[in-house]
Amino acid sequence: MTSTEHVVAVSRQRRTRASRVKTALKKAPFSAWFGIVVILGYVFVALLAPWIAPYGETQVFTEAFAPWSQQFIVGTDQLGRDVLTRLIYGARNTIGIAFATTLLSFAVGVTLGLLAAMYRGWLDQILSRVVDVLMSIPSLIFALMLLSIFGSSVTSLILIIALLDSTRVFRLARAVGLNVAVMEYVEAAQLRGEGPRWILTKEILPNVLPPLIAEFGLRFCFVFLTIAALSFLGVGIQPPTADWGSMVRENATLITYGDITPLLPAGAIALLTVSVNFVVDWFLHATSGLRDEK
Amino acid sequence: MKSKNSGQREKGTKLLSIRDLYVEGFSDERWHPIVRGVDLSLKRGEVLGLIGESGAGKSTIGLAAMGYAKPGCRITQGSILFDGIDLLAMAETARRRLRGSRIAYVAQSAAASFNPAHRLLDQTVETVVAHGIASREAANRDAIKLYRRLHLPDPDTIGFRYPHQVSGGQLQRAMTAMAMACRPDLIVFDEPTTALDVTTQVEVLASIRKIVEEFNTAAIYVTHDLAVVAQMADRIMVLRHGRTVEEAETRQMLAAPAEDYTRTLWAVRKLAKPEVPAADHLLTIDNITAAYAGKVKVLQDVSIKVPRGRTVAVVGESGSGKSTLARVITGLLSPVSGSISFAGHRLPRTLKERPKDILRRIQMIYQMPDNALNPRQTVEEVISRPLEFYLGLKGAACDRRVGELMHMIEMDESFLDRLPGELSGGQKQRICIARALAANPELIICDEVTSALDQIVQEEILKLLMRLQQEFGVSYIFITHDIATVRAIADEIVVMHQGKVVEQGLKTEILTPPHAPYTELLLSSVPEMDPDWLTKLLETRERKRVGAAN
Repeated sequence: MTSTEHVVAVSRQRRTRASRVKTALKKAPFSAWFGIVVILGYVFVALLAPWIAPYGETQVFTEAFAPWSQQFIVGTDQLGRDVLTRLIYGARNTIGIAFATTLLSFAVGVTLGLLAAMYRGWLDQILSRVVDVLMSIPSLIFALMLLSIFGSSVTSLILIIALLDSTRVFRLARAVGLNVAVMEYVEAAQLRGEGPRWILTKEILPNVLPPLIAEFGLRFCFVFLTIAALSFLGVGIQPPTADWGSMVRENATLITYGDITPLLPAGAIALLTVSVNFVVDWFLHATSGLRDEK
Repeated sequence: MKSKNSGQREKGTKLLSIRDLYVEGFSDERWHPIVRGVDLSLKRGEVLGLIGESGAGKSTIGLAAMGYAKPGCRITQGSILFDGIDLLAMAETARRRLRGSRIAYVAQSAAASFNPAHRLLDQTVETVVAHGIASREAANRDAIKLYRRLHLPDPDTIGFRYPHQVSGGQLQRAMTAMAMACRPDLIVFDEPTTALDVTTQVEVLASIRKIVEEFNTAAIYVTHDLAVVAQMADRIMVLRHGRTVEEAETRQMLAAPAEDYTRTLWAVRKLAKPEVPAADHLLTIDNITAAYAGKVKVLQDVSIKVPRGRTVAVVGESGSGKSTLARVITGLLSPVSGSISFAGHRLPRTLKERPKDILRRIQMIYQMPDNALNPRQTVEEVISRPLEFYLGLKGAACDRRVGELMHMIEMDESFLDRLPGELSGGQKQRICIARALAANPELIICDEVTSALDQIVQEEILKLLMRLQQEFGVSYIFITHDIATVRAIADEIVVMHQGKVVEQGLKTEILTPPHAPYTELLLSSVPEMDPDWLTKLLETRERKRVGAAN
């Protein structure tokens, strides 16, 4: 070994994964920090809903459509339930269901997508064509149809949206997986005699993770919006469970009286979506190696 | 053909003068110096060779001569005077007008520099037309003349082809024509033949030299190949770590290099190993025929014997089927017919049929260590996996063995937590070697393992491989197109051409005349350090052609 290699070895400090993350966070722009703080806030509220909320989720008071006051900080809804309480529980339900759905769609989409990329051939053909067929039907209409067939339970809501969204995840995972599956280190693993499980999880997956994580953020927003849209249409999360989409619909009439209460759940949706996008943008920028010219 | 020696060309007035140049590059979140105070001057019609290992700043200086710094780089200090014009002081638009019209650039990979969607001719004349120097018709006529001068086949029609329809060597010449189209005063050649086979390289070198002489163009020729620079340059500048080590006229530099570093560069090509005939054979390949997708036969009736504990070099240009042979041996591609026996047993044809122990005994090292190492696995993960997978080593025993392997490849254990992206090319290739060694193999297939590396690093890797062979008695199949590497490492040689074995035998037998015609072509195309080598070679070939015609 030449002397220069030794010099390099000494001058550079050891870097672990934790310290890499730390330096990345330190350089994160304001928008990313804003996004992270907001998301953490939402998660906090969602997890601790029963302790934070002033009243019970379905607790009904005598006065419906009460104005903002000391007792009801942002008033009550059409049945006399405290809106703030409903907002807090809504975070738990909407985010929880959206998160579970996204997770499920990624589990299915990534596994199948990477398998298609790894084996190619007939497996890829079958999976890709099935996905094409599913994607050819407008997803909201398809979801409405399936929900009216299977009923609007939380489980079927999660399963149906996850299935529909996993097609898009499949496409992405397959595309990025194909680039990695032809690399020589994957061939080297095959030559070593590694099974498909090792190759999938240890050789391919870590190398396609950045775009997938970014997509996870975006998918989460879309799922979230889809659930809100379905709830607004009345086939999503069913009453009395609180969720932001149906809260907008139920109190929509208030807006005609100059009351901005129905905008609160809408604003909550918007804020979370924007925050997630901020974080995803930053993450994509940091991992893709794109650099502004300085 | 008028063949003047490059050393005797007439030189004019001073064209380019770079003073005290500093260039920095941005990586790891800070600015690193790439070029540190280099002075350079070039007269009209003079060819200057820039030489050094990678990271020496050769290409950066080449680009700086055009007043350009790559994205992520900046010129921080110094002056660049081109024909009396200060390139750094002028506006970017004016600089851009100068580039392409008076200064041109020929990149290493012509394939990556041409737009695949446009015809060669349109791309050749693009700058001329864009700068308004000539009309499209006149430029087209001129381009065809240039094609003819560069000895491109079918000069009248080749311009109407798309980049993928011509070979790599032809593309590189088309790119030279593109650079020449504006009759620039200065051309920067950045490793224009590095990606080419030796047989093609000779043609491109001859074409470039001829046209540069005819138009009396000044040139900066960036390369890491000494023998090439000896043919092309009037003057050579040796660079290291962004500083000038030495600068002298070509002949003087070759005859008497002043600096130690220059001498080590010179010494690399002299590595040679005496051949040792083998007692028995480890691997026997019998009449293998192989094809991709059942169509084109890539290997035809290939039979090769690999002696135990020795090195067989498989030599040939790209497309000769060398790498396909490796795929057949490893089981990635099952042959159409023929058989392979390994240590006395017949090898199953496909990877899936082979038991783990057979897989363990045949290992492979790849050409590009960048692609062969998973960028998300640390050095430790890479090396310990075969230990765990084949030998069932765990915990302390595994750690100890990893330490031993690191010692064998002469690397410090502090590298264990690094990712491949934090290693140099040579270090990465060492890790690949350690990964192969971890399996305790009997046969290692080395597919062009040194061709992506600098000469000094190449020598280190070759020495390492030879030492490991002596210590562990492992056999190598060494796939390469570089004859210097063959001389350094081989006991036996197999020459392949278009999927067939042309010749095989002990190294001295193959390398001493008389040769088979293809072997002759291959061997004579390898550049030598003698600055007159190319001139002599071209004369010899011309004589033979005339002789054959009569």
